[in-house]
Amino acid sequence: MTSSRYQAVVVGASAGAVEALSVILPALPPTFKLPVIVVVHIPPDRRSVIADLFSAKCQLAVKEAEDKEPLVAGTIYFAPPDYHVLVEASMTLSLSNDEPVLFSRPSIDVLFETAADVYGAELIAIVLTGANHDGAKGTQAVLEAGGVGLVQVPETAFASAMPEAAIRACPAARVLSLEAIAGFLGDV
Amino acid sequence: MTEMPASEKVEDIEIRLLLEAMFLKYHYDFRNYAMASIKRRLRQAREQMGFATFSALQESLLREPSMLPRLLRYLTVQVSEMFRDPSYFKAVREKVVPHLRTYPSLKVWVAGCSGGEELYSLVILFREEGLEDRTIFYATDINQEALQSAEAGVYPLERIQLFTENHRKAGGKSSLSDYYQAAYGRASFDKSLRRNVVFSDHSLVTDAVFGEMHLISCRNVMIYFDRDLQDRALGLFKASLARKGFLGIGAKESLRFSRHAGAFSDFVREEKIYQRQGE
Repeated sequence: MTSSRYQAVVVGASAGAVEALSVILPALPPTFKLPVIVVVHIPPDRRSVIADLFSAKCQLAVKEAEDKEPLVAGTIYFAPPDYHVLVEASMTLSLSNDEPVLFSRPSIDVLFETAADVYGAELIAIVLTGANHDGAKGTQAVLEAGGVGLVQVPETAFASAMPEAAIRACPAARVLSLEAIAGFLGDV
Repeated sequence: MTEMPASEKVEDIEIRLLLEAMFLKYHYDFRNYAMASIKRRLRQAREQMGFATFSALQESLLREPSMLPRLLRYLTVQVSEMFRDPSYFKAVREKVVPHLRTYPSLKVWVAGCSGGEELYSLVILFREEGLEDRTIFYATDINQEALQSAEAGVYPLERIQLFTENHRKAGGKSSLSDYYQAAYGRASFDKSLRRNVVFSDHSLVTDAVFGEMHLISCRNVMIYFDRDLQDRALGLFKASLARKGFLGIGAKESLRFSRHAGAFSDFVREEKIYQRQGE
Protein backbone atom coordinates (compact mmCIF):
# COMPACT_ATOMS: atom_id res chain seq x y z
CA MET A 1 0.00 0.00 0.00
CA THR A 2 1.26 3.44 -0.80
CA SER A 3 0.94 6.45 1.44
CA SER A 4 2.91 8.61 -0.96
CA ARG A 5 1.42 11.86 -2.20
CA TYR A 6 2.78 10.88 -5.61
CA GLN A 7 1.41 8.48 -8.19
CA ALA A 8 4.07 8.36 -10.88
CA VAL A 9 7.58 9.38 -11.92
CA VAL A 10 8.57 10.53 -15.41
CA VAL A 11 12.20 10.87 -16.46
CA GLY A 12 13.84 12.42 -19.52
CA ALA A 13 17.47 11.99 -20.53
CA SER A 14 19.52 12.36 -23.68
CA ALA A 15 23.29 12.45 -24.26
CA GLY A 16 24.94 10.68 -21.32
CA ALA A 17 21.65 9.09 -20.26
CA VAL A 18 22.91 5.62 -19.40
CA GLU A 19 25.47 6.82 -16.87
CA ALA A 20 23.03 9.22 -15.21
CA LEU A 21 20.20 6.71 -15.07
CA SER A 22 22.62 4.16 -13.64
CA VAL A 23 22.87 6.27 -10.50
CA ILE A 24 19.11 6.67 -10.08
CA LEU A 25 17.25 3.60 -11.31
CA PRO A 26 19.26 0.78 -9.68
CA ALA A 27 18.95 2.65 -6.36
CA LEU A 28 15.16 2.32 -6.35
CA PRO A 29 14.29 -0.30 -3.72
CA PRO A 30 12.10 -3.35 -4.48
CA THR A 31 9.45 -1.73 -2.29
CA PHE A 32 9.17 1.32 -4.58
CA LYS A 33 5.48 1.81 -5.30
CA LEU A 34 5.29 4.15 -8.28
CA PRO A 35 5.49 3.45 -11.99
CA VAL A 36 8.54 5.10 -13.57
CA ILE A 37 8.32 6.09 -17.23
CA VAL A 38 11.55 7.01 -18.96
CA VAL A 39 12.24 8.70 -22.29
CA VAL A 40 15.78 8.44 -23.57
CA HIS A 41 16.62 9.86 -27.00
CA ILE A 42 17.71 6.91 -29.09
CA PRO A 43 18.42 6.75 -32.83
CA PRO A 44 15.23 5.57 -34.58
CA ASP A 45 16.81 2.80 -36.61
CA ARG A 46 18.31 0.99 -33.70
CA ARG A 47 16.78 -1.89 -31.86
CA SER A 48 16.97 -0.60 -28.35
CA VAL A 49 18.75 -2.64 -25.71
CA ILE A 50 18.32 -0.03 -22.98
CA ALA A 51 15.46 -1.84 -21.23
CA ASP A 52 17.47 -5.08 -21.18
CA LEU A 53 20.50 -3.21 -19.93
CA PHE A 54 18.65 -1.74 -16.96
CA SER A 55 16.69 -4.89 -16.34
CA ALA A 56 19.97 -6.50 -15.36
CA LYS A 57 20.91 -3.62 -13.04
CA CYS A 58 17.64 -2.76 -11.32
CA GLN A 59 15.73 -4.17 -8.40
CA LEU A 60 12.42 -3.25 -10.09
CA ALA A 61 10.86 -4.78 -13.19
CA VAL A 62 12.08 -3.00 -16.34
CA LYS A 63 10.49 -3.18 -19.78
CA GLU A 64 9.95 -1.37 -23.04
CA ALA A 65 6.57 0.39 -23.04
CA GLU A 66 3.84 -1.28 -25.09
CA ASP A 67 0.80 0.37 -26.59
CA LYS A 68 -2.32 0.24 -24.32
CA GLU A 69 -0.31 -1.22 -21.48
CA PRO A 70 -1.78 -0.64 -18.00
CA LEU A 71 0.74 1.09 -15.71
CA VAL A 72 1.88 -1.12 -12.86
CA ALA A 73 3.36 0.14 -9.61
CA GLY A 74 7.07 -0.45 -9.15
CA THR A 75 7.75 -0.98 -12.84
CA ILE A 76 10.17 1.00 -15.02
CA TYR A 77 9.04 1.63 -18.60
CA PHE A 78 11.32 2.80 -21.40
CA ALA A 79 9.91 4.51 -24.50
CA PRO A 80 10.64 2.48 -27.64
CA PRO A 81 12.80 4.16 -30.29
CA ASP A 82 10.91 6.20 -32.91
CA TYR A 83 7.64 6.36 -30.94
CA HIS A 84 6.29 8.90 -28.51
CA VAL A 85 4.98 7.45 -25.29
CA LEU A 86 1.93 9.10 -23.72
CA VAL A 87 -0.03 8.60 -20.52
CA GLU A 88 -3.80 8.14 -20.89
CA ALA A 89 -6.42 9.09 -18.32
CA SER A 90 -7.13 5.38 -17.86
CA MET A 91 -3.58 5.03 -16.42
CA THR A 92 -2.42 3.16 -19.46
CA LEU A 93 0.40 4.01 -21.84
CA SER A 94 -0.13 4.71 -25.49
CA LEU A 95 2.40 5.06 -28.27
CA SER A 96 2.22 7.42 -31.19
CA ASN A 97 3.91 8.12 -34.48
CA ASP A 98 3.12 11.82 -34.38
CA GLU A 99 5.85 13.95 -35.86
CA PRO A 100 9.02 14.43 -33.82
CA VAL A 101 8.93 17.29 -31.31
CA LEU A 102 12.17 19.32 -31.16
CA PHE A 103 13.58 16.69 -33.56
CA SER A 104 12.93 14.03 -30.97
CA ARG A 105 10.79 10.93 -31.06
CA PRO A 106 10.34 9.81 -28.36
CA SER A 107 9.87 13.28 -26.92
CA ILE A 108 10.31 14.11 -23.24
CA ASP A 109 7.85 17.02 -23.55
CA VAL A 110 5.13 14.75 -24.94
CA LEU A 111 5.51 12.28 -22.07
CA PHE A 112 5.70 14.98 -19.39
CA GLU A 113 2.73 17.00 -20.72
CA THR A 114 0.42 14.02 -21.03
CA ALA A 115 1.49 12.70 -17.62
CA ALA A 116 0.86 16.15 -16.10
CA ASP A 117 -2.65 16.09 -17.58
CA VAL A 118 -3.39 12.79 -15.88
CA TYR A 119 -1.50 12.97 -12.57
CA GLY A 120 -1.62 16.70 -11.85
CA ALA A 121 0.05 17.41 -8.51
CA GLU A 122 0.86 13.76 -7.91
CA LEU A 123 3.68 13.60 -10.45
CA ILE A 124 7.46 13.80 -10.16
CA ALA A 125 9.28 14.87 -13.33
CA ILE A 126 13.04 14.50 -13.64
CA VAL A 127 15.24 16.11 -16.30
CA LEU A 128 18.76 14.72 -16.66
CA THR A 129 21.74 15.24 -18.92
CA GLY A 130 21.20 16.14 -22.59
CA ALA A 131 22.35 18.38 -25.42
CA ASN A 132 19.01 19.85 -26.49
CA HIS A 133 15.99 21.62 -24.96
CA ASP A 134 13.54 18.74 -24.74
CA GLY A 135 11.85 18.47 -21.36
CA ALA A 136 11.77 22.19 -20.55
CA LYS A 137 8.20 22.75 -21.75
CA GLY A 138 7.13 19.44 -20.28
CA THR A 139 8.54 20.27 -16.86
CA GLN A 140 6.75 23.59 -17.03
CA ALA A 141 3.47 21.72 -17.61
CA VAL A 142 4.20 19.43 -14.65
CA LEU A 143 4.86 22.36 -12.33
CA GLU A 144 1.81 24.26 -13.54
CA ALA A 145 -0.29 21.21 -12.70
CA GLY A 146 1.17 21.28 -9.18
CA GLY A 147 3.68 18.46 -9.60
CA VAL A 148 7.35 18.40 -8.67
CA GLY A 149 10.23 19.05 -11.08
CA LEU A 150 13.74 17.79 -10.32
CA VAL A 151 16.64 18.79 -12.54
CA GLN A 152 20.17 17.44 -12.51
CA VAL A 153 22.79 20.04 -11.54
CA PRO A 154 23.97 21.10 -15.03
CA GLU A 155 27.65 21.23 -14.01
CA THR A 156 27.52 17.54 -13.12
CA ALA A 157 25.78 16.54 -16.36
CA PHE A 158 27.57 14.93 -19.29
CA ALA A 159 25.73 17.50 -21.45
CA SER A 160 24.43 20.55 -19.63
CA ALA A 161 22.08 22.13 -22.22
CA MET A 162 18.99 20.14 -21.35
CA PRO A 163 19.05 20.69 -17.57
CA GLU A 164 19.96 24.35 -18.17
CA ALA A 165 16.98 24.83 -20.45
CA ALA A 166 14.68 23.19 -17.91
CA ILE A 167 15.98 25.43 -15.12
CA ARG A 168 15.56 28.54 -17.29
CA ALA A 169 11.99 27.59 -18.14
CA CYS A 170 11.15 26.46 -14.60
CA PRO A 171 12.65 28.54 -11.81
CA ALA A 172 10.56 26.53 -9.34
CA ALA A 173 12.23 23.25 -10.28
CA ARG A 174 14.63 21.80 -7.70
CA VAL A 175 18.20 21.45 -8.91
CA LEU A 176 19.81 18.37 -7.41
CA SER A 177 22.73 16.02 -7.84
CA LEU A 178 22.01 12.55 -9.18
CA GLU A 179 22.54 11.11 -5.69
CA ALA A 180 20.09 13.61 -4.21
CA ILE A 181 17.52 12.76 -6.89
CA ALA A 182 17.92 9.08 -6.02
CA GLY A 183 17.54 10.01 -2.34
CA PHE A 184 14.41 12.04 -3.03
CA LEU A 185 12.82 9.07 -4.77
CA GLY A 186 13.88 6.77 -1.97
CA ASP A 187 11.88 8.90 0.47
CA VAL A 188 8.58 9.22 -1.43
CA MET B 1 -20.86 21.64 -1.65
CA THR B 2 -19.25 19.86 -4.54
CA GLU B 3 -15.58 20.28 -5.26
CA MET B 4 -14.64 22.91 -7.81
CA PRO B 5 -13.40 21.23 -10.96
CA ALA B 6 -9.81 22.08 -11.85
CA SER B 7 -9.39 24.29 -14.89
CA GLU B 8 -7.95 21.60 -17.16
CA LYS B 9 -11.16 19.66 -16.63
CA VAL B 10 -13.02 22.39 -18.51
CA GLU B 11 -10.71 21.74 -21.41
CA ASP B 12 -11.48 18.02 -21.24
CA ILE B 13 -15.20 18.77 -21.39
CA GLU B 14 -14.71 21.10 -24.31
CA ILE B 15 -12.69 18.52 -26.20
CA ARG B 16 -15.34 15.89 -25.66
CA LEU B 17 -18.02 18.29 -26.88
CA LEU B 18 -15.93 19.24 -29.90
CA LEU B 19 -15.52 15.58 -30.90
CA GLU B 20 -19.23 15.01 -30.35
CA ALA B 21 -20.04 18.00 -32.56
CA MET B 22 -17.74 16.72 -35.28
CA PHE B 23 -19.50 13.36 -35.18
CA LEU B 24 -23.05 14.73 -35.13
CA LYS B 25 -22.45 17.25 -37.87
CA TYR B 26 -19.97 15.49 -40.17
CA HIS B 27 -19.99 11.81 -39.08
CA TYR B 28 -16.30 11.79 -38.37
CA ASP B 29 -15.93 9.84 -35.17
CA PHE B 30 -12.83 10.46 -33.06
CA ARG B 31 -14.64 9.91 -29.79
CA ASN B 32 -12.83 6.65 -29.09
CA TYR B 33 -9.39 7.65 -30.15
CA ALA B 34 -6.56 7.50 -27.63
CA MET B 35 -7.16 10.85 -25.94
CA ALA B 36 -3.65 11.91 -24.98
CA SER B 37 -2.57 12.19 -28.58
CA ILE B 38 -5.86 13.70 -29.79
CA LYS B 39 -5.60 16.33 -27.10
CA ARG B 40 -2.10 17.33 -28.14
CA ARG B 41 -3.12 17.57 -31.78
CA LEU B 42 -6.24 19.55 -30.99
CA ARG B 43 -4.29 21.96 -28.81
CA GLN B 44 -1.92 22.49 -31.69
CA ALA B 45 -4.85 23.00 -34.07
CA ARG B 46 -6.56 25.44 -31.73
CA GLU B 47 -3.41 27.53 -31.29
CA GLN B 48 -2.45 27.56 -34.95
CA MET B 49 -6.00 28.26 -36.12
CA GLY B 50 -6.19 31.15 -33.68
CA PHE B 51 -9.01 30.15 -31.33
CA ALA B 52 -8.88 31.08 -27.68
CA THR B 53 -10.94 28.09 -26.59
CA PHE B 54 -12.16 24.77 -27.93
CA SER B 55 -15.70 26.05 -27.53
CA ALA B 56 -14.95 28.81 -30.03
CA LEU B 57 -13.38 26.28 -32.35
CA GLN B 58 -16.46 24.10 -32.01
CA GLU B 59 -18.82 26.91 -32.90
CA SER B 60 -16.82 27.68 -36.01
CA LEU B 61 -16.64 24.01 -36.97
CA LEU B 62 -20.41 23.60 -36.68
CA ARG B 63 -21.23 26.61 -38.84
CA GLU B 64 -18.39 26.58 -41.34
CA PRO B 65 -17.92 23.31 -43.26
CA SER B 66 -14.56 24.45 -44.66
CA MET B 67 -13.21 24.12 -41.12
CA LEU B 68 -13.58 20.36 -41.27
CA PRO B 69 -10.75 19.53 -43.70
CA ARG B 70 -8.50 21.97 -41.86
CA LEU B 71 -9.12 20.23 -38.57
CA LEU B 72 -8.85 16.76 -40.11
CA ARG B 73 -5.36 17.62 -41.27
CA TYR B 74 -4.32 17.86 -37.65
CA LEU B 75 -6.23 14.79 -36.57
CA THR B 76 -5.39 12.28 -39.27
CA VAL B 77 -2.42 13.00 -41.45
CA GLN B 78 0.52 10.76 -40.79
CA VAL B 79 3.82 11.00 -42.54
CA SER B 80 5.13 7.52 -43.19
CA GLU B 81 7.95 6.09 -45.26
CA MET B 82 8.03 3.63 -48.11
CA PHE B 83 9.16 0.27 -46.76
CA ARG B 84 9.17 1.66 -43.24
CA ASP B 85 10.70 -1.03 -41.01
CA PRO B 86 12.31 -2.87 -43.94
CA SER B 87 12.39 -6.12 -41.98
CA TYR B 88 8.57 -6.16 -42.00
CA PHE B 89 8.45 -6.01 -45.79
CA LYS B 90 11.24 -8.56 -46.00
CA ALA B 91 9.13 -10.90 -43.88
CA VAL B 92 6.11 -10.28 -46.12
CA ARG B 93 8.28 -11.12 -49.13
CA GLU B 94 9.98 -14.19 -47.72
CA LYS B 95 7.34 -15.67 -45.43
CA VAL B 96 3.91 -14.45 -46.55
CA VAL B 97 4.33 -14.32 -50.33
CA PRO B 98 5.01 -18.10 -50.68
CA HIS B 99 1.56 -18.72 -49.16
CA LEU B 100 -0.11 -16.06 -51.28
CA ARG B 101 1.32 -17.65 -54.42
CA THR B 102 -0.98 -20.63 -53.94
CA TYR B 103 -4.08 -18.49 -54.58
CA PRO B 104 -5.31 -17.79 -58.12
CA SER B 105 -6.50 -14.31 -57.12
CA LEU B 106 -5.69 -12.10 -54.17
CA LYS B 107 -7.11 -9.20 -52.23
CA VAL B 108 -4.93 -6.92 -50.15
CA TRP B 109 -6.23 -4.19 -47.88
CA VAL B 110 -4.09 -1.28 -46.74
CA ALA B 111 -6.29 0.10 -43.97
CA GLY B 112 -5.56 3.71 -43.07
CA CYS B 113 -3.37 4.24 -46.14
CA SER B 114 -2.69 7.92 -45.40
CA GLY B 115 -0.31 9.30 -48.06
CA GLY B 116 0.10 5.93 -49.77
CA GLU B 117 3.68 5.03 -48.77
CA GLU B 118 2.73 1.61 -47.40
CA LEU B 119 0.45 0.93 -50.38
CA TYR B 120 3.12 1.61 -53.00
CA SER B 121 5.61 -0.44 -51.01
CA LEU B 122 3.30 -3.46 -51.22
CA VAL B 123 2.40 -2.94 -54.87
CA ILE B 124 6.09 -2.75 -55.81
CA LEU B 125 6.84 -5.82 -53.72
CA PHE B 126 3.97 -7.74 -55.35
CA ARG B 127 5.16 -6.69 -58.80
CA GLU B 128 8.67 -7.89 -58.01
CA GLU B 129 7.26 -11.20 -56.85
CA GLY B 130 5.02 -11.59 -59.91
CA LEU B 131 1.78 -11.36 -57.92
CA GLU B 132 0.59 -7.89 -58.87
CA ASP B 133 -1.51 -9.02 -61.84
CA ARG B 134 -3.66 -11.33 -59.78
CA THR B 135 -4.13 -8.88 -56.90
CA ILE B 136 -6.64 -6.17 -56.13
CA PHE B 137 -5.37 -3.65 -53.59
CA TYR B 138 -7.82 -1.70 -51.48
CA ALA B 139 -6.39 1.50 -50.05
CA THR B 140 -8.72 3.12 -47.56
CA ASP B 141 -8.63 6.13 -45.32
CA ILE B 142 -11.13 8.47 -43.68
CA ASN B 143 -9.35 11.59 -44.86
CA GLN B 144 -10.22 12.62 -48.44
CA GLU B 145 -7.12 14.74 -48.77
CA ALA B 146 -4.94 11.82 -47.72
CA LEU B 147 -6.68 9.57 -50.26
CA GLN B 148 -6.11 12.12 -52.98
CA SER B 149 -2.44 12.41 -52.15
CA ALA B 150 -2.14 8.60 -52.01
CA GLU B 151 -3.74 8.43 -55.44
CA ALA B 152 -1.41 11.12 -56.77
CA GLY B 153 1.66 9.23 -55.52
CA VAL B 154 3.93 12.27 -55.48
CA TYR B 155 6.59 12.63 -52.77
CA PRO B 156 9.29 15.20 -52.07
CA LEU B 157 12.50 14.16 -53.74
CA GLU B 158 14.48 14.49 -50.53
CA ARG B 159 12.55 11.55 -49.08
CA ILE B 160 13.48 9.23 -51.93
CA GLN B 161 16.93 8.45 -50.60
CA LEU B 162 15.40 7.00 -47.44
CA PHE B 163 12.72 5.13 -49.43
CA THR B 164 15.42 3.67 -51.70
CA GLU B 165 17.53 2.56 -48.78
CA ASN B 166 14.51 0.97 -47.09
CA HIS B 167 13.53 -0.78 -50.31
CA ARG B 168 16.99 -2.26 -50.64
CA LYS B 169 16.99 -3.45 -47.03
CA ALA B 170 13.55 -4.97 -47.60
CA GLY B 171 15.07 -7.28 -50.20
CA GLY B 172 13.99 -5.22 -53.22
CA LYS B 173 14.66 -7.03 -56.49
CA SER B 174 14.48 -3.96 -58.69
CA SER B 175 15.59 -0.37 -58.45
CA LEU B 176 13.11 2.01 -56.86
CA SER B 177 13.99 4.52 -59.59
CA ASP B 178 12.22 2.21 -62.07
CA TYR B 179 8.92 3.33 -60.56
CA TYR B 180 9.09 7.11 -60.41
CA GLN B 181 10.03 10.14 -62.43
CA ALA B 182 11.80 13.01 -60.77
CA ALA B 183 11.02 16.59 -61.69
CA TYR B 184 10.90 19.92 -59.89
CA GLY B 185 12.04 18.44 -56.60
CA ARG B 186 9.32 15.81 -56.61
CA ALA B 187 9.12 12.13 -57.41
CA SER B 188 5.94 11.01 -59.20
CA PHE B 189 5.24 7.32 -58.93
CA ASP B 190 4.18 5.55 -62.10
CA LYS B 191 0.46 5.29 -62.70
CA SER B 192 0.82 1.64 -63.71
CA LEU B 193 1.32 0.97 -59.98
CA ARG B 194 -2.27 2.08 -59.45
CA ARG B 195 -3.89 -0.05 -62.12
CA ASN B 196 -5.05 -2.67 -59.59
CA VAL B 197 -5.67 -0.29 -56.73
CA VAL B 198 -9.10 0.79 -55.48
CA PHE B 199 -8.93 3.95 -53.37
CA SER B 200 -11.85 4.31 -51.06
CA ASP B 201 -13.21 6.28 -48.16
CA HIS B 202 -13.61 3.80 -45.33
CA SER B 203 -13.67 4.19 -41.57
CA LEU B 204 -12.52 1.47 -39.21
CA VAL B 205 -14.68 3.17 -36.62
CA THR B 206 -18.03 3.26 -38.37
CA ASP B 207 -17.88 1.20 -41.59
CA ALA B 208 -18.24 -2.53 -42.21
CA VAL B 209 -16.58 -5.45 -43.99
CA PHE B 210 -16.39 -5.00 -47.76
CA GLY B 211 -14.55 -8.05 -49.05
CA GLU B 212 -12.63 -11.19 -48.22
CA MET B 213 -8.96 -10.35 -47.84
CA HIS B 214 -5.82 -12.46 -48.00
CA LEU B 215 -3.58 -9.81 -46.49
CA ILE B 216 -4.45 -6.78 -44.39
CA SER B 217 -1.68 -4.32 -43.60
CA CYS B 218 -2.62 -1.74 -40.98
CA ARG B 219 0.49 -0.32 -39.43
CA ASN B 220 0.52 2.37 -36.76
CA VAL B 221 -3.15 3.17 -37.25
CA MET B 222 -4.65 1.36 -34.28
CA ILE B 223 -2.20 2.91 -31.83
CA TYR B 224 -4.37 6.02 -32.18
CA PHE B 225 -7.45 4.13 -30.99
CA ASP B 226 -8.52 3.37 -27.46
CA ARG B 227 -8.96 -0.26 -26.48
CA ASP B 228 -12.65 -0.47 -27.39
CA LEU B 229 -12.00 0.95 -30.81
CA GLN B 230 -8.99 -1.30 -31.32
CA ASP B 231 -11.29 -4.20 -30.57
CA ARG B 232 -13.77 -2.95 -33.14
CA ALA B 233 -11.11 -2.61 -35.82
CA LEU B 234 -9.65 -6.02 -35.02
CA GLY B 235 -13.13 -7.52 -35.14
CA LEU B 236 -13.49 -6.00 -38.59
CA PHE B 237 -10.15 -7.46 -39.68
CA LYS B 238 -11.10 -10.82 -38.24
CA ALA B 239 -14.35 -10.82 -40.22
CA SER B 240 -12.61 -9.57 -43.38
CA LEU B 241 -9.80 -12.11 -43.53
CA ALA B 242 -10.04 -15.36 -45.40
CA ARG B 243 -9.17 -18.43 -43.39
CA LYS B 244 -5.40 -18.44 -42.94
CA GLY B 245 -5.29 -14.85 -44.18
CA PHE B 246 -2.59 -12.51 -42.86
CA LEU B 247 -2.68 -9.39 -40.74
CA GLY B 248 0.35 -7.11 -40.38
CA ILE B 249 0.42 -4.36 -37.73
CA GLY B 250 3.02 -1.85 -36.53
CA ALA B 251 6.25 -2.93 -34.85
CA LYS B 252 5.16 -1.71 -31.43
CA GLU B 253 1.50 -2.63 -31.69
CA SER B 254 0.12 -5.74 -30.07
CA LEU B 255 -2.95 -7.95 -30.13
CA ARG B 256 -2.14 -8.97 -26.59
CA PHE B 257 -4.62 -6.64 -24.91
CA SER B 258 -7.47 -7.36 -27.36
CA ARG B 259 -10.37 -9.71 -26.91
CA HIS B 260 -9.85 -10.89 -30.50
CA ALA B 261 -6.32 -12.08 -29.76
CA GLY B 262 -7.51 -15.71 -29.88
CA ALA B 263 -8.63 -15.41 -33.52
CA PHE B 264 -5.06 -14.81 -34.65
CA SER B 265 -1.86 -16.78 -34.28
CA ASP B 266 1.69 -15.47 -34.54
CA PHE B 267 3.01 -15.98 -38.05
CA VAL B 268 6.18 -13.88 -37.93
CA ARG B 269 6.19 -12.87 -34.30
CA GLU B 270 9.03 -10.35 -34.35
CA GLU B 271 7.45 -8.49 -37.30
CA LYS B 272 3.91 -8.52 -35.89
CA ILE B 273 2.51 -10.56 -38.74
CA TYR B 274 -0.43 -12.70 -37.66
CA GLN B 275 -2.49 -15.39 -39.33
CA ARG B 276 -6.23 -15.74 -39.04
CA GLN B 277 -7.25 -18.95 -37.36
CA GLY B 278 -10.16 -20.82 -38.92
CA GLU B 279 -13.12 -21.80 -36.85
